[in-house]
This record gives sequence, C-alpha cells and structure tokens, in this order.
Amino acid sequence: MSTILIIGGGQAAAQAVDTLRREGFDGRLVLTGEEPHLPYQRPPLSKQFLAGELDADRLPFRHRPFYDGHRVELRLGKAAARILRDTRRVILEDGEEIAYDRLMLSTGARSRELTCPGAQLPGVHYLRGIADAAAIREALAPGARVVIVGGGYIGLETAATARKLGCAVTALEMADRVMNRVVASSVSEYFAHEHRTQGVKIVCNTRVIRLEGAASVERVVCADGSSYEADLLVVGVGAIPNTELAASAGLECENGIVIDEHCRTADPAIFAAGDCTNHPSLRFGMRVRLESVDNAFEQGKMAALNMLDQPAVHDRVPWFWSDQFDNKLLIVGLSQGFDQQVLRGDPGTRGFSVCYLKGGELIALEAVNHSKDYMAARKMIADRVKPDADKLANPQIPLKEAV
Amino acid sequence: MPKVLFIEPSGARREVSAPVGVSLMEAARQNGVDGIVAQCGGACACATCHVYVSTAWLGKLKPRDEMEEGMLENAWHPRENSRLSCQIPLTADLEGLEVTVPEQQG
Repeated sequence: MSTILIIGGGQAAAQAVDTLRREGFDGRLVLTGEEPHLPYQRPPLSKQFLAGELDADRLPFRHRPFYDGHRVELRLGKAAARILRDTRRVILEDGEEIAYDRLMLSTGARSRELTCPGAQLPGVHYLRGIADAAAIREALAPGARVVIVGGGYIGLETAATARKLGCAVTALEMADRVMNRVVASSVSEYFAHEHRTQGVKIVCNTRVIRLEGAASVERVVCADGSSYEADLLVVGVGAIPNTELAASAGLECENGIVIDEHCRTADPAIFAAGDCTNHPSLRFGMRVRLESVDNAFEQGKMAALNMLDQPAVHDRVPWFWSDQFDNKLLIVGLSQGFDQQVLRGDPGTRGFSVCYLKGGELIALEAVNHSKDYMAARKMIADRVKPDADKLANPQIPLKEAV
Repeated sequence: MPKVLFIEPSGARREVSAPVGVSLMEAARQNGVDGIVAQCGGACACATCHVYVSTAWLGKLKPRDEMEEGMLENAWHPRENSRLSCQIPLTADLEGLEVTVPEQQG
C-alpha cells in the first residue's frame, strides 16, 4: 500500500497518524485539515484556553517536529472539495489532486446556527475552533453582558468561564432543565444550583425568537416576551456532522457517515472516524453518533489498524466529561432505554452519582465530583455487571462491591 | 527546561526535556513517550497517563488530590507510587525525576 490520506485534522486524525506510524506503515501519509492549525485539543477551548490559563501552543497534541519526524505531509487550511471514488483520488479546494489507496474521513461536526431574525449580527458567537474561542475571549471583558443560548456542555462551560472572568452571564435554555439531553434531573439541578450560586442567571423554558441591535447584537428577545441586554452572545445549540463531502461521493450518510464496527464505509477503501460518524455500538446494540474525545480517539485508532488490514473492532464503552467552576462531571455508558435510575449519595455533599440500569445491568453512570464511582463503573458496564440496586443506593458501599 | 526520565513499558529509558509549567504528561506526549495515552488531555478524566514515580521522588511531589485518588484507585494495577502524570506540573526542582510507565493504561 502506498498512500493513506486523512481528511479532517482533529483528534481522530492525530490518533490515526500516531497509530499508522507506530504500526509500521511506511508509505505516503497525507493529512488535510480546514483549519490552519496542527491537530489540537478542543475541550480546553471553553475552559482553560478561554480563561486565558492555557496558551495556544499547548493545544496541539503534537508539535511540528512530530509530524516532520513521522513523514506526515500536512495540507493545513485546505478543505477537500471532491472524492473521486472510481479513480481513488481527492481534489482539494486549491485544485491539488491526491491519489489514495486508503482514505479516512474525520471531518468532525460544526455548530448548529441560529436562524431567527438578527442571527447574522456581529457579536453572535459559536464555539468550535481556536479562532472562535480567541474571538470570544477578546470580548469577555469584566462586566460584559454575556448571553448564552443553550444550556448544554458548551453553553454551561462557557458560562462558567465567562463568570469567572467577571462577566454578567445569563444562560437561556429551551427545555425545562439544563443539560436535559445528557444527564439525570438531579444532576441538572445540581449544576443549575452551582451556576446560580456563582452568579449566573439561568432561565429555562425559554425560546429565543429574535436578536436586536444596530451595529452588533444588543438584545435577545424570547417567545414569552422577555428580553435580555447583551454585549455578546455565545450560542451552543448542538452540532451537525460534516457529511457533505462523503454524501456527494455517494457514501451513505444518515446523521453521520455510516460505518461498520471496523470504521469502514461501504467503500472498502474509505474509512471514517470521530464526530462525523454514525456507527454501531456493540455494547449497547444500537447505532449512535457521538461527539466526544474518547470516540474520536478510539475510532481514529481502529480506522488506522483496519486501513492497515489489521482487523480491529471498535467495541468500547463511551465516556464524557465536563468541567464547570470547580465541579467535574464524569459520564460513562449510554443511558438510553434505561428502566431504573438509582441515586448514590447526597448532592448536598457535592459528590454523588446517578446509576442507570436496564434489565438489571448497569448501562451508564453520571458522577459529580466522584471519580471513584466513575472508574469502577467503566469496568462494570463493559463487563455487563448486574449490581444490587439496594447496595447501589448506599454510597458507603464501594460501587464495585455493590453486586 | 527540566529533564525527566521515563522508563517505557519495554524497559527503554527515555530522557525528555520540557519547559517549566507544562505537565509531565505533556512532556511525554510531545516527545512520543510510549505508553502515555493521555486521552482526555489533562482533565483528570481518563486515567490513561498513569505512571509509577520512583520512591526517591515521591515525597517531592504535591500529594494526589481526591479526584486523582479516585481515578487511580480503580485504574490498571495501581500502586502506592501511582500518579496521573497530567497532575504533575514540571518545576525546576523536578530535574532528574524518574517515572515508570505501566504496561497498560485505563
């Protein structure tokens, strides 16, 4: 095999490059990415980087010498325009043609945008890349009135950072509680309380219908008639997988590029990894699209192995985390379809967990400031352990002994 | 730039230098030290940058906090001298620090 081409330069790509060379791939290796940066870590963008605690040169997974030393041809700041599957070539937007023997698509996801009137006003920000975070950071002056649209991970992490920087922060959420799609109500309540204690105004059950302002955004108007003065907006209302390139090449896409457990598309020469994929979760018996570091890392590695014809199956229990003020939320597993929920510990102590069971099996756990439960649950979920629900509810009994 | 020594799972000795202020994990990752996976990038959320600190150095490090303690307790083969390398910021007086990378992470 002579050439492996990777389109999309994020976490999955960084991992694939590492794995390919580690496993002895000696051919031509080309990495293209739309952003002008070496593959870098996104999680700090809403946290330490936004707060000014972490410089941009600490974001890349590896610095330039790594790529040079591993003979990786970088095409940064260049999007791919077309995949010509019949002749196994990719055309970049600047016209360069790259022939491939194996192709990995790790095109990620982009921010879902507001469509209401005024959404195009300056001062309306999304947080996805370094440039976005740098622009927001510039605007987060002490006293600035920041309105966050969307009470998910990105919205709440940004709210916490902006508040720490001395901004006046309001977070607007459409649902009846924050992070409603990803955590139990007790966890939502805990985090809403933490934010309010720190001075963030959280408003649920509210829908933004219009943004107003002359030269830039000045006011957010909601469906119930309420309005909020704003110097800037940060919008975190979900992400859309970047599947257009794959779809235009005739690859099946449905909420993500459809791949199998080997990270392979229906085209045996084309693989995909990361946020852009719709893939089977073997542990949970369903197809999922995950936006997470863990998934991008694991799939980048699995795609690399399979591109080298080393059969490897992506069969992992997913995990996620979020940092807000001095709280760490750790999540492992997928809770969809649970039939029992067990609270472990008292949220008032600032350390507790919520366990999810299905047919007696532990399928997911959300740990608030409780890394011990989280680490124990990672193993138990993978091993399909059926814990004793009464013991689970007793935080004095270590989780791994609650069987 | 303090120099630190990693003993990789194969037994290979890797001496690396990194600027003061970055973590021991970042020093390992930037230099491609084998066995340091560091999936979460230093958020204390994955326990894949686990190292065993040589006993002579253990007392010179700031002790583990509760979050790190909990991560390590259920990590792969924890020992008394286990640490998450993302939680160790490099300082000038860590010149010569010696750590061993376990055979597995997570």
